[in-house]
Amino acid sequence: MRSLWRAARHQNRIFWRTPVAAFFTLVFPILMLVLFTAIFGNDAFDTVYGRVNSSQFYTPGLAVFAAASSTYTGIGINLASRRELGILKRVRGTPMPRRAYLGGVVVSAVWIAALGVAAMVVLGVVAYGVNVEAAKVPAMLLTFAVGSASFAALGLGLASLARSVSMAVPIANATLLPMAFISNIFVPFGSETPSWLDLLGDIFPLKHFGLAFGEAMNPFSAAPAIEWHRLGVLALWLVAGAAVAAWRFSWDPPVTSGRTSRRRSRAQAV
Amino acid sequence: MEPLIACATVSPAVAVSDLVKDYGAVRAVDGVSFEVERGEVFALLGPNGAGKSTIVEILEGHRSRSSGTVRVLDTDPAAAPPSFRDRIGIVLQTSGIDPELTVREAIDFYGAAYSRPVPAPELIELVELGEKADARISTLSGGQQRRIDMALGLAGDPDVVFLDEPTTGFDPAARRRGWELVERLASEQRAVLLTTHYLDEAEHLADRVAVLAKGRIVAEGTPAELRATAGSALIRFAVPDRVEPVPDLLAPVSGEIVGRGRHVEITTDTPTADLAHLTTWAAQRGIELEGLTVSSPSLEDVYLGLVEGDDSLGEADAGS
Repeated sequence: MRSLWRAARHQNRIFWRTPVAAFFTLVFPILMLVLFTAIFGNDAFDTVYGRVNSSQFYTPGLAVFAAASSTYTGIGINLASRRELGILKRVRGTPMPRRAYLGGVVVSAVWIAALGVAAMVVLGVVAYGVNVEAAKVPAMLLTFAVGSASFAALGLGLASLARSVSMAVPIANATLLPMAFISNIFVPFGSETPSWLDLLGDIFPLKHFGLAFGEAMNPFSAAPAIEWHRLGVLALWLVAGAAVAAWRFSWDPPVTSGRTSRRRSRAQAV
Repeated sequence: MEPLIACATVSPAVAVSDLVKDYGAVRAVDGVSFEVERGEVFALLGPNGAGKSTIVEILEGHRSRSSGTVRVLDTDPAAAPPSFRDRIGIVLQTSGIDPELTVREAIDFYGAAYSRPVPAPELIELVELGEKADARISTLSGGQQRRIDMALGLAGDPDVVFLDEPTTGFDPAARRRGWELVERLASEQRAVLLTTHYLDEAEHLADRVAVLAKGRIVAEGTPAELRATAGSALIRFAVPDRVEPVPDLLAPVSGEIVGRGRHVEITTDTPTADLAHLTTWAAQRGIELEGLTVSSPSLEDVYLGLVEGDDSLGEADAGS
């Protein structure tokens, strides 16, 4: 337990000393909330939640987007880069329990995700009058816990499949961003949305994370507003991510990547 | 009580027997056996691709082996619990350190994993990084980062230390200080297994050396024993251009003669007699033998002889 705590603090320190990561994880989603409500106006329109203000639609979606960025993208890229630098191999050569090290990575990412979600919700309530009810706060917390755990497991899976940072970054972006577009996060889905797009979104976890969190903040939903079936889908993705990690996670730096990438960059320079 | 203690110290810190490692069809390590005692520095010497790193990484538990037996502190590294790593110290050939941290933070974090961590100030002083203790690791030079590697390898007060090319990237002065550190480790009754392709490093540090080529040990012994296999003396000189016929000069010499153009090297067990012949012959004719020297062969001469013809020389290290 102490080694887990130490590993989490270690990862937190690294996060705050990496300004790019801090910007994209925490500042960028908030910037999107400010921009979306400025561009589209904070007027009421029809959404899956009923007729609500645009800030009421965007706040929960961008909050879970921040949580998914911190966990899925954050863990995937962090571990891929630490593996490439040979840091994971160093860790494996010490008596530090491997589970404690990986656990620290996950705990730290979930903690950063919690900060991102809290900042988003507070901004929504204070600046835009977004609805948060005490009776539905447990649903918000439970959804956050299950959703960020699920995306953390997917981040471990990503770090297992992507052998290098140069693979992890595009894979993270090419999966999370399109997922956000088909998940009722950036673009509100309505009755005219093609049903295949709706179904496609249903397969992936981000839509369920967003809608479960949005339902817990929805002024028209009744407490406790826990979307059990969506949490169930998130739990399945958690198992899938953890299974991939258990199957393929590697502590060794990629054997030839250094040499081939050097050769490749030399070839490009010529 | 006495016999128990004697029993515990009798088994060597590292024991390797018939170790084989295959990578697909490539046999990187081919039947290697050796032992390292506590208080001893054992060097694996060889060109890149000879299998040095592969052997060390098997002993550290980083790699599996294809066959053979391996014991480190009476433990099989391939089936060792994490507590095994509490007693060993590893300095890998290449491994990163979190660049975001300061030297002190890195030593604190990695040191805390051990049951009897060496205090950070002590380690920082040991590797002479006092001035850089609060500098970010990303701002340090390669040699300075290598010194943190060394500090982290010793952070758990290990009984066995694995040093995979520890002084690569050091300037000569830093190398000397690195050597002093290694000597100190052995004097503290730790077993030290060192890999290097610097001959002077092996000669200076190692109590025993094994020369590896193509995954096999081609020679093993103390540096003095290895030197002895190359003959007792080496005579070198150059013959002036106008001197003919050279065969008259060299015919009575007893040792092994290697000529490269005008340059002649004679490896001999009877340097006095050979030298007497050469100098008499030359003096009678009023010839000066240019650059005439007599020396004991260095480990380098032995080593180059042993790995000669090894076509893996200079190629990428398959094991790393």
